[in-house]
Amino acid sequence: MYDFRYERPETLEEAIDRVKSPDSKLLAGGMSLLPTIKLRLARYDALVDLGRVDRLRGIRKDENTLVIGALTRHADVAVSDLVRHSVPALAALAGGIGDPLVRNRGTIGGSIANADPAADYPSSVLALGATIVTNRRAIDGSAFFTGLFETLLESGEIICEIRYPIPQRAGYAKYPNPASRFAVVGVFVAKMADGVRVAVTGAADSVFRLKQAEQILSHRFAVDALDEMTVSSGDLNSDIHASAEYRAHAIVVMAKRAVGAALLN
Amino acid sequence: MPVVTMTVNGQRRAAEVEGRTLLVQFLRDCLRLTGTHVGCDTTQCGACTVHVDGIGVKSCTVLALACEGAEVTTIEGLANDGDLHPMQEAFREHHALQCGFCTPGMIMSAVDMVRRQGHDLDAETIRHQLDGNICRCTGYHNIVLAVQAGAAAMKSR
Repeated sequence: MYDFRYERPETLEEAIDRVKSPDSKLLAGGMSLLPTIKLRLARYDALVDLGRVDRLRGIRKDENTLVIGALTRHADVAVSDLVRHSVPALAALAGGIGDPLVRNRGTIGGSIANADPAADYPSSVLALGATIVTNRRAIDGSAFFTGLFETLLESGEIICEIRYPIPQRAGYAKYPNPASRFAVVGVFVAKMADGVRVAVTGAADSVFRLKQAEQILSHRFAVDALDEMTVSSGDLNSDIHASAEYRAHAIVVMAKRAVGAALLN
Repeated sequence: MPVVTMTVNGQRRAAEVEGRTLLVQFLRDCLRLTGTHVGCDTTQCGACTVHVDGIGVKSCTVLALACEGAEVTTIEGLANDGDLHPMQEAFREHHALQCGFCTPGMIMSAVDMVRRQGHDLDAETIRHQLDGNICRCTGYHNIVLAVQAGAAAMKSR
């Protein structure tokens, strides 16, 4: 690992000030960033650790919206009564990330900012129609992820909180890589007042919505409604873990499991 | 170089470190607490598990400077005046090791599991919750027995 300057601001304002340089990088839980730096896939002059910026941490309900602070750890989302009661699928998703020790450290804001194509949280952002609130603006979650590890975040922009509209029903199912627990395929299904949204992670360059499943499930929200659905493997990843055809099939299976989970909630 | 200060196994310890110094390097190289192992260095195997402010973490993926002012417990800090911690005693009693390399991390992770899940643990829960700790010798059978017994023994301590 190449050396860098370590900075630990106490306030959001101080963090904003310190991350202005393009060679600085924000550090949240570090569960992806530190391994990336160790592997020399990335190099920075300075890491600005958000760990002491306490106002970025916490979970609250704001009328019909679940608001999760960017620095909230996966372990805290997984066991939060507020999350379990309002969006149980999100608590289940958080409880299935990595392993318990990773969940003790990794954060929701870090995961969303990193935009790993196999991360779990991005699917919840798309399916629930979340809003990503930064120090500068509120970003529509459906436009937030722009490609492989790419988002709309600009240099010096910090995610403060994620605002999730509370769905009527929601479910998440993933086929995890048995070693890393990253999603080989993960599907988040959300039934909202204005229709159903379905998001797929792990299968392509970036998380995406599965419009064909949304149409079917908006008409009839049932597991067997997806019996006849087939997904094209054209744009899907093929790698050591699974072929594109395997992923296409797994999307249908995981979508059905996610609907099943949603109907139990 | 910056100086980091933290409380390790009840003692205040400080050392000069680089920005990139990992918690596990601080523990092993600066403090010579070599019970915390580095197995994979890629956040997977869990041999480096320690507790920071009472919570289990993989110390190969935490910066030393991020632990400024923290309370850190390593495997060396579990025993009380030569009396093994109940989880250590359970690993000994159930012979939950072969080469022993993963054992410090297994034990630290198991104690954190009791914090998260309580004292009454079934085998399936233990296997799932040990997801972050890898043993390459024995299979997990005796480890699971030891965690179950150790968790129960911690209740009566």
